[in-house]
Amino acid sequence: MKLIAQRIALGVLLLLAVSVLIFAGTEILPGDVAASILGQAATPQALANLREELGLNDPAIVRYFNWLGGVLTGDLGTALTTRQDIATTLMPRLWNTLFLAFWTAAVAVPLAVILGLLAVRYRSGPIDKAISGFALASTSLPEFFIGYLLILFFAVKLQWFPSISTVYDGMPFWQKIQAIVLPGTALLLVVLAHMMRMTRAAILNVMQSAYIETAELKGLSQFDIIRKHAFPNAIAPIVNVVMLNLAFLVVGVVVVEVIFVYPGMGQYLVDHVAKRDVPVVQAVGLIFAAVYISLNIVADIAAILANPRLRHPR
Amino acid sequence: MSDELDFLSRHVVRGRLSRRDFLGRAAALGVSATFANSLLASAARAQGPVKGGTLKAGMQGGESTNSLDPASFLSQVPFNFGKCWGEYLCRLNRDGSIQNLIAEEIGASDDATTWTMKIKQGVEFHNGKTLTAEDVAATLERHTNEESKSGALGIMKGITGIKASGNEVIVELAEADADFPYLMADYHLIIQPNGGKDNPAEGVSAGPYKVVVNEPGVRYVGEKFANYWGGDAMGHADTVEIVVINDATARTSALQGGQVHMINRVEPKIVSLVERVAGVTIQNVAGRGFYPFNMFCDTPPFDNNDLRMALKLAMNREELLDKILFGYGSVGNDFPINEAYPLFPEGIEQRTFDPEAAAAAYKKSGHSGSIVLRTSDVAFPGAVDAAQLYQQSCAQAGITIEIKREPGDGYWSEVWNKQPFSLSYWGGRSTQNQFYSTALLSTADWNDTRWKRPEFDKMLLTARAELDEDKRKAIYRDMAIMLRDEGGVIVPFFNEFIDATTDKVGGYEKHPAAELMDGYALAECWVAA
Repeated sequence: MKLIAQRIALGVLLLLAVSVLIFAGTEILPGDVAASILGQAATPQALANLREELGLNDPAIVRYFNWLGGVLTGDLGTALTTRQDIATTLMPRLWNTLFLAFWTAAVAVPLAVILGLLAVRYRSGPIDKAISGFALASTSLPEFFIGYLLILFFAVKLQWFPSISTVYDGMPFWQKIQAIVLPGTALLLVVLAHMMRMTRAAILNVMQSAYIETAELKGLSQFDIIRKHAFPNAIAPIVNVVMLNLAFLVVGVVVVEVIFVYPGMGQYLVDHVAKRDVPVVQAVGLIFAAVYISLNIVADIAAILANPRLRHPR
Repeated sequence: MSDELDFLSRHVVRGRLSRRDFLGRAAALGVSATFANSLLASAARAQGPVKGGTLKAGMQGGESTNSLDPASFLSQVPFNFGKCWGEYLCRLNRDGSIQNLIAEEIGASDDATTWTMKIKQGVEFHNGKTLTAEDVAATLERHTNEESKSGALGIMKGITGIKASGNEVIVELAEADADFPYLMADYHLIIQPNGGKDNPAEGVSAGPYKVVVNEPGVRYVGEKFANYWGGDAMGHADTVEIVVINDATARTSALQGGQVHMINRVEPKIVSLVERVAGVTIQNVAGRGFYPFNMFCDTPPFDNNDLRMALKLAMNREELLDKILFGYGSVGNDFPINEAYPLFPEGIEQRTFDPEAAAAAYKKSGHSGSIVLRTSDVAFPGAVDAAQLYQQSCAQAGITIEIKREPGDGYWSEVWNKQPFSLSYWGGRSTQNQFYSTALLSTADWNDTRWKRPEFDKMLLTARAELDEDKRKAIYRDMAIMLRDEGGVIVPFFNEFIDATTDKVGGYEKHPAAELMDGYALAECWVAA
């Protein structure tokens, strides 16, 4: 328990450190926010007014704590470009991203683990080679290429699924699922190999141990050995790699979003970076950091729980 | 044969024959699929608009930073959606004339400095309020105000006074301008309640559709406005929807898969492939945009007209049109106006590639050494290739061009309008006066060829105040010839707007002012049976 509390406290500290970095990073960008809002039409008077309005004349440290205070109370500020509240425009995007990531992970993680187990059971045989070969090939192809192939065959030729995955509020659940089948599949093919290969490697590593040999000598079946003895001891590295891939599904899918016209966070971030909409970039950066850190905490906690030595420290 | 086709196509429209059967029979009669499709379309139009259904467009040019504030409109999606929900004082017709909308009448004083617009009575806003002359005046005021940062600010600069009186709005101009109605047709000038001064981005006007979904960069939905003042002229579909699809491949496949009924910006290089898709029609129309090679007329060595002429004669326009735009455009003639503009001066001799004459002019100019031409991917699609092709054709005339490829970031702030010889692009304006005032008046900020001729300015101001169209046309002709023979702009070609529609779209008629029927495609087309 103490270990877990430690991890969470560390995570919160890390998030604070990241918030400082994000703030400092946007601070040292050339030009100031007022100038980038007004653009070419800037007059000195208008610049001064806007700086005053945005509180840009305060020292950086004051502005940092104002911003942090806002974030902690759920106020992410106002977008410079649209003048809309960031939280209200960002939340639906975040949900969309999580929706796609969740369903992709719900299919990809069990599939990767099962394929990994199968590969271990039939290691070095044709099944192992086929699974590894397929997974490595799909992960080696760039995701936009996979995306276009899926669109060509399943949307244009067979017309089973829509090629554009625009989901919106009030769309029936099944339609939403149908809309994300193609982007989900593209992402699945990208993340599958990494998790599958890690599962295979971690279990194979455990399979070298003496107690596995004992289990074999006891006459247990191969599947029982893997399921009861090898897998529980290989969970920690597997969970780690699973979490890394989940994080990728949340923060790294902008290419897939563009191809399938999926209204997630990636495109939202890119649009606002292009317009130098600093408050939005800060907010999105912070959310991405929070996702990364919390998923890593989850991985650590899972590793602790899976390891009797850490669970019951002496 | 054509009688039979007409007969068959009418059958399709009435639902007695499937489209596929029709195409099959048309093929049996030896007719190409494209022609058969266009026959179908015209039969559908003759049948009259079909009411109801949802019309969907997939479009490039939308970002999550877009706002419904008309002053902020810049990219294609807000422009097109604006024509669905917004209502304007007037609009451009296909022949370049003006159709009055909210402004029932637009009249000028004899000197064209005072303009009076009579506002249509009984027009209702989406929020139930009645549109008044005060709303119109407030709208114009807001776009004239520097603080609105309106995209229309440039054309509103000449306005010195706006006032509403009764059902009329009276506008005073600093200088005479016979083209005033064209300025009022600008796509930013959507009439809003109290001019949008209270809440500019609320998306309320008096157009045929009400805004029901506004997700910037993702999707927009408009629902038919029951009390639309214009009756049956527009707003045939019950619902119109725009899905933002910035990726060209995704856009085409959405059209192919039938998820959208029309798309904008088909890339020239894939047009021939898209054309072959059953049920898809390419809608290309000559626009006013062009891709200039700009020379500064006041900077050596380009201050020498012989050198400018040599560089103009050394351009192989047909080759550039063919290889850069794949033929989807028309060759330029070294002045920035083409036949899509009202009062286009016809019959000016076309400049052609003439290496000998170019070499002679080059020799006469006395220049030696290489000439630096700056280009970048962002200047226009294919700008780097265009510079290289130009380098080759110049070499044939013995002129050495040194290409400097500049980074895209900063091209518009550091190279364009700063360096003496560079590639760029220009979108069209609604009149010749507007274009010349923006880009070729001595005092214009965007005079990107440093063309400073008092006599040219004088001609422009005279034409602006001239209410007699024949006389104006004659002045525009002289200006065009002057630019062609002495100006600093080399115009390789004008580009085309290339849209594509499926056979679900009825009533598509090309409009030269802008893509997708000048943005009115969703409002004026219908879902074909």
